[in-house]
Amino acid sequence: MDLFIQLTLTGLTNGAILALAALGFVLIYKSSDVINFAQGEFLLVGAYVIFAMIAQVGLHWTIGMVLTLLIAVLLGVLVERLVLRPLIGEPIISVIMVTIGLSSLLRAIVSTIWGNQPKSFPPFIPSQPINILGATVGADRLWALVIAAVMLVLFNFFFTRSREGIAMRAVADDQQAALSMGISVKKIFAWAWSIAAATAAIGGALVANIVGVGPELAGFGLRVFPVVILGGLDSIPGAIVGGIIIGLLEAYTGGYIGQGLNQVLPFIVLIIILMIRPYGLFGQEIIERV
Amino acid sequence: MQSGIFHTSYEKDMALRRTHAQKIRLVILIVLGLVFPFIANRYYLTLANQVGIAIIGAIGLNILVGYTGQISLGQGGFMAVGAYTAGILTARLGMPWWASTIVACIVTAMIGTIFGIPSLRLKGLYLAIATLAAQEIILWIVTHWKTLTGGVEALVVPDPMLFGIRMNNDFNFYWLVWGLVVVVTILTVNLFRTRFGRAFIAIRDQDIAASVMGVDLFKYKLLAFAISSFWVGLAGALIAHYRNIVTWERFTIDVSVLYLAMIIIGGLGSVTGSYLGAAFMMLLPAVLTNIGRAVKGFFPAIDSIIPFIQQATFGLVIILFLVFEPEGLNKIWKDIKDYFRLWPFSY
Repeated sequence: MDLFIQLTLTGLTNGAILALAALGFVLIYKSSDVINFAQGEFLLVGAYVIFAMIAQVGLHWTIGMVLTLLIAVLLGVLVERLVLRPLIGEPIISVIMVTIGLSSLLRAIVSTIWGNQPKSFPPFIPSQPINILGATVGADRLWALVIAAVMLVLFNFFFTRSREGIAMRAVADDQQAALSMGISVKKIFAWAWSIAAATAAIGGALVANIVGVGPELAGFGLRVFPVVILGGLDSIPGAIVGGIIIGLLEAYTGGYIGQGLNQVLPFIVLIIILMIRPYGLFGQEIIERV
Repeated sequence: MQSGIFHTSYEKDMALRRTHAQKIRLVILIVLGLVFPFIANRYYLTLANQVGIAIIGAIGLNILVGYTGQISLGQGGFMAVGAYTAGILTARLGMPWWASTIVACIVTAMIGTIFGIPSLRLKGLYLAIATLAAQEIILWIVTHWKTLTGGVEALVVPDPMLFGIRMNNDFNFYWLVWGLVVVVTILTVNLFRTRFGRAFIAIRDQDIAASVMGVDLFKYKLLAFAISSFWVGLAGALIAHYRNIVTWERFTIDVSVLYLAMIIIGGLGSVTGSYLGAAFMMLLPAVLTNIGRAVKGFFPAIDSIIPFIQQATFGLVIILFLVFEPEGLNKIWKDIKDYFRLWPFSY
């Protein structure tokens, strides 16, 4: 029973971080129909920038976090303006490929600046172990859970209350109609990319705090796919629920079965979901008409 | 002075090489290919062999992605199937290398067909994600099925022998691999003059219209996966026999991305494009390494960052091509030909 609670807690917290990475991914897909293969690299860049701010420059973590978010927003806007905008209307394979190219470029830039060796991160979130129902879990992991929950609430408010959020939903629904209502689609795309980069940066900071910074953080980019397919590519609650389910699944298979099965099981789930319910748990079913 | 291409019979119109210039270029190319191994040193021969294998893999992927419009991120996994099948059959069962290569092609074609089944329901990016999952699952099986593949350990494959001659030294292998490149090219170019090839193109352009006109989508999509994987398996098997060694690191998701980059930079839906893209992407890292060595005198630190420069250039090249020349090297090559054909009246 202790093992079960332990695994559940680990799964929940891992899932929360996965969900944060997936949130940005869903946001971009929802507003601009772009699959972002560079989401893991956004996370990587965020983790390294905050690492540089706190450990190398020596700033207080609040200032460091604010600066990191600013840089992430800037990165998002730049990527949208320079890379994605020329590809509006191009076939889907070009869009997929350009984000793959972007991921390779970002990874190379990070490795050139910071090298390829993993580094330990000065913990700015308290990480002392906490006992819950007989299981121990680091406080930083619980914080990740809390922050993911806060982000979900914030996103929810953003999409239902703020002007930009509503405009973003309008663009996602019908670009032409949104344009004719006076919404700048370009501005919305820039918003989507910068918010996605910022959430990824927060996710990156949380992961870096738990496991340290290293190039393998970019691996989150691929682990996001089972999450978003399970939850539905265009659903924000789906990203959260999908993240939690995949996180739990990984933890249980890792704990009870082992053999590295936890690495491949999410992808098997992905294939099964694609076969029986391609739009995921909460995604919108698209009916193709001729 | 030529203002266009005029044909007076259907035979001429259907011919693969329709103009004098094309025939002359083909002859020059063949002569160069025959002379090359006698004048090149080992380094260039190795590069030529790597490019040859890459061309076979790129043509295979182009049949699926460029001609049939089914996006695949599973190339690395399918190559792994080919390489491991060939390697295991030769190393463990002592099968001759040519027989294991043929079996590897067939096995890869079958695995490819199985992973092609979702393509009936999934399109575009969903299919891309499904093939991504295929890549991860195949590689996981390869690294975890230790009794069959040796897991993360390298699988050592004996030298391929033919009439008592070792085939995988660079000079002999050149003839083998480029001979196969020619075979694959001829078969593929002709494939798209048959009913099957035309059905593939129809599916790419508009799958619903194709099915209305009587193209059985399920059958032809699976066939595209099978033919494509057959060539990809061949490329994988050749890697196994050429390198004498099979390791899983050679077949990661990065390989899938590399091959997609080849056909996009070369030109989707074009055999010439597969040649250009494969050569470009295989030679780029070598050129960068050489530049790095040349400027080492000025920047002693360059050795440590060459891998990163290669990676950055890889990403940058993909982005720049997609933004500025989405139709790839093949389009540039066409523009150059047109310029000279119509010179000095290019308008």
